Amino acid sequence: MRYESPTTIKEVVGLLKKERGKAFVLAGGTDLLVGMKLGMIEPDLLVDIKHIPAMRTVKTSKTGFRIGAAVSCAELGEHKAMKKAWPGVVEAANLIGSDQVQGRCTVVGNLCNASPAADSVPALIAAGAKAVIVGADGRRTIAVENIATGPGKTCLKKGEVIEAITLPNQTKTSGDAYLRFTPRTEMDIAVVGVGINLTLEKGLVSKARVVLGAVAPTAITVPEAAEALIGTKVDKKALENLAAACSAACRPIDDKRGSAEYRTRIAGVMAVRAAKIAFKRAGSAA
Amino acid sequence: MVSIALKVNGNAVTGDVDDRMLLVEFLRNDLNLTGTHVGCDTSQCGACVVHVDGEAMKSCSMLAVQADGAEVLTIEGLAVDGKLHPVQAAFQEHHGLQCGFCTPGMIMTSVDMIRRIPDLDDATIRSELEGNICRCTGYQNIVTAVKAASDEMKG
Ligand SMILES: Cc1cc2nc3c(=O)[nH]c(=O)nc-3n(C[C@H](O)[C@H](O)[C@H](O)COP(=O)(O)OP(=O)(O)OC[C@H]3O[C@@H](n4cnc5c(N)ncnc54)[C@H](O)[C@@H]3O)c2cc1C
Ligand code: FES
Ligand code: FES
Repeated sequence: MRYESPTTIKEVVGLLKKERGKAFVLAGGTDLLVGMKLGMIEPDLLVDIKHIPAMRTVKTSKTGFRIGAAVSCAELGEHKAMKKAWPGVVEAANLIGSDQVQGRCTVVGNLCNASPAADSVPALIAAGAKAVIVGADGRRTIAVENIATGPGKTCLKKGEVIEAITLPNQTKTSGDAYLRFTPRTEMDIAVVGVGINLTLEKGLVSKARVVLGAVAPTAITVPEAAEALIGTKVDKKALENLAAACSAACRPIDDKRGSAEYRTRIAGVMAVRAAKIAFKRAGSAA
Repeated sequence: MVSIALKVNGNAVTGDVDDRMLLVEFLRNDLNLTGTHVGCDTSQCGACVVHVDGEAMKSCSMLAVQADGAEVLTIEGLAVDGKLHPVQAAFQEHHGLQCGFCTPGMIMTSVDMIRRIPDLDDATIRSELEGNICRCTGYQNIVTAVKAASDEMKG
């Protein structure tokens, strides 16, 4: 196996394209190196992206945020403007692993590892995040929900690398939240994750996005759950409808962390809690 | 194979390492710094925590080549002139260990935690130790030791 640490994106694409064997992008390595230790992944080439200056920064502009693919979750958690605009996204990113893992792991790695339980993914989708992909044929931008196609699978073609994640600006009357349920309080894999982003108009929900993690092969957007909230003040009835819609959308697995039945029920419970937080944030941001 | 040059516990070291060698393997096998332990193969236990450029890292979640040019501090580098670091002394004083296997990682994490967070309470210490697993102590004395060290280091 060969290790390369180029300093430009162009070199990354060149290296990935030229490699005949199995080539992997190395971001924080917190999934990849574990997979290698366990003998589940046997790369011929690792291309480290932590030395590419353009991928190491969070940029703010008139249109929103651009998070470089090599920005660690700890760095994201220290970014004041991100925390203010997208607290749910930042909280989700900061749930990944312990402090020592936070210093290395990235949200793009979380996304590309394509675990159904990846914590940052539902929050990113709820926020309307997009991924900027670079390959030999140039750049393309696609919605984060279209990246993972199944457990461990993404739509990235050979030689493609995600350069950054973009997020829109959050409006004054919007708020997001992410909650997960795990059997242990720390360092565990989500049994259910819920990302919600709400926008209010005259005190009523005018736009909503509700995304569930860990209850299907990929994170899923639940339009019926969003509809349950739209036009309401997130009152008791709306929350009941939200919970029912979330549970109805679940197609979970049974495993030692939770049975399918349990996951289905908990998805509704967690959605209610997350919606209350998002609603409060949307109201108080004004 | 790649040649790397870094500083470990203040000393300049060089090595020729396989591209996929982990930092923890380099420290233990090439430098004989066996105070850094390996307790799992899933980067969960925290026995291997060292500081890389001042930050706590699991040295099993990083390649040796990635530490090229870095400054690494391991448990062996904490004591100065044979005098235990205050966190080491507090673990000894408060019985923060039984078998001692998790201790190097616990101490390296604790030193980093005390540096970052000025006012540590028990709940914060417990949540900061989430990446370090101990199968003996039940954690209570570890928390007591970290709190004592933190209070002492504040002066
Ligand atoms: C102890 C521990 C606890 C954990 N806890 C959690 C948790 O609570 N929640 C959670 O969701 N995850 C958790 N994880 C899993 C992991 O830390 C996350 O998925 C993390 O976000 C992966 O990011 P990384 O940068 O380390 O990815 P890497 O390991 O570097 O990469 C992961 C995959 O993505 C690909 N990739 C990375 N960057 C790019 C890119 N820019 N373009 C294209 N492909 C790319 C890699 O080739 C690889 O296939 C944990 C892991 C450990 C070791
Ligand atoms: S050996 Fe590194 S975390 Fe267990
Ligand atoms: S003292 Fe034995 S593992 Fe912690």
